[in-house]
Amino acid sequence: MSIDRRQFLKIAGVSTLLGLGTAAAVNGIRRDDVEASQMEPGPDALKAKRWGFVVDMSKFKTEEDYARVVHACHSIHNVPDYGNPKDEIKWIWKDDFEHTFPGQEDTYMAAEMKEKPFMVFCNHCAQPPCVRVCPTKATFKRTDGIVMMDMHRCIGCRFCMAACPYGSRSFNFRDPRGKDESGRPFIKELNPEFPTRTKGVVEKCTFCYERLAKGLKPACVEASGGGIVFGDLEDPNSEVRQLISKHYTIRRKPELGTQPSIYYIVGGNENA
Amino acid sequence: MYDSGKIIAGLLVFVSIIAFPFVYNIGADIVKPEPKIDTPVIQQMAVKQCVEPKEFMRAEHMQLLNKWRDSAVRDGNRVYVGSRGDHYNISLQNTCMHCHSNKKEFCDSCHNYMAVKPYCWDCHIAPKENSL
Repeated sequence: MSIDRRQFLKIAGVSTLLGLGTAAAVNGIRRDDVEASQMEPGPDALKAKRWGFVVDMSKFKTEEDYARVVHACHSIHNVPDYGNPKDEIKWIWKDDFEHTFPGQEDTYMAAEMKEKPFMVFCNHCAQPPCVRVCPTKATFKRTDGIVMMDMHRCIGCRFCMAACPYGSRSFNFRDPRGKDESGRPFIKELNPEFPTRTKGVVEKCTFCYERLAKGLKPACVEASGGGIVFGDLEDPNSEVRQLISKHYTIRRKPELGTQPSIYYIVGGNENA
Repeated sequence: MYDSGKIIAGLLVFVSIIAFPFVYNIGADIVKPEPKIDTPVIQQMAVKQCVEPKEFMRAEHMQLLNKWRDSAVRDGNRVYVGSRGDHYNISLQNTCMHCHSNKKEFCDSCHNYMAVKPYCWDCHIAPKENSL
């Protein structure tokens, strides 16, 4: 028995309708799962159009001032200390003028400035090269300007480390939960409220997104005693904008066009 | 049939290998996992309920956790409004595990039974448990 074109089209049409109808019915019966609209920012969450920092170097006088800030950050974020500079994980660290502002050093510069360590961390650039190169969107720019890491997506390719002109990113060559040969754990004391990372992912400063969500200042700002100020760079009345308008500030490698969001007030105690 | 002896012998071997796990487990005492919820925090709750009804959590907790992860990390939205209208802080370590502080008896009992190995705890810190 053979069918003609008319019969074939009829059968095809009816079976298509049946298939689509059944799929719709099944989907309708299935319990609808979670909608995105069920998530919202917390009531205390700090919001901004573009988060940024101003680092007032005059407030960093003693070794203790630097160590306190670094410890505040690294301890709450479970940053491991692998004990050697090759594997070092840095979220916030200090570097000298020559390496912080390369090209701006000068033979006749004041020795004090030349040798003074600068507090450096992720610049949360407006045009972040790390975000452009990430093949998995593990690092991305939030709408509030924070350059974030999604550790769940990081595949450890380290393109971002090659792309970042500031060395703000560190790779976990070893397991942060591990111990060294003498049995010393890499993370001295775990903060149970924050995750660790795993071997094979890149990490960096996250602008304390978890603290902003609770309405708290970033840990470095809190520990710095006014040395590091944070705020909304797009808001002309914010503390950071007030400082930038009153003082002469410089940024790291602005010629690269990454538009870093950390402004440094340099020039001694008078902030000349 | 040519080579019927070899073929039948081969079939027998094949069937017995395939059937071995089923035969082996006949009569074995397989206990269904029963995740325990008798942690101190849960016991103190007046109404013992999770962020969503039990049936939903049992079937969909992995999807919910994925949504929570994306919401908290990527969108910065840290508050979840449940279907009953109550608000929860989105956090595996600080919200889920605050109540379910018995990871071994709660998470692991089912996951081991189903032989699934979620990698949550490679990074997230599991609550401290008394290893009795």
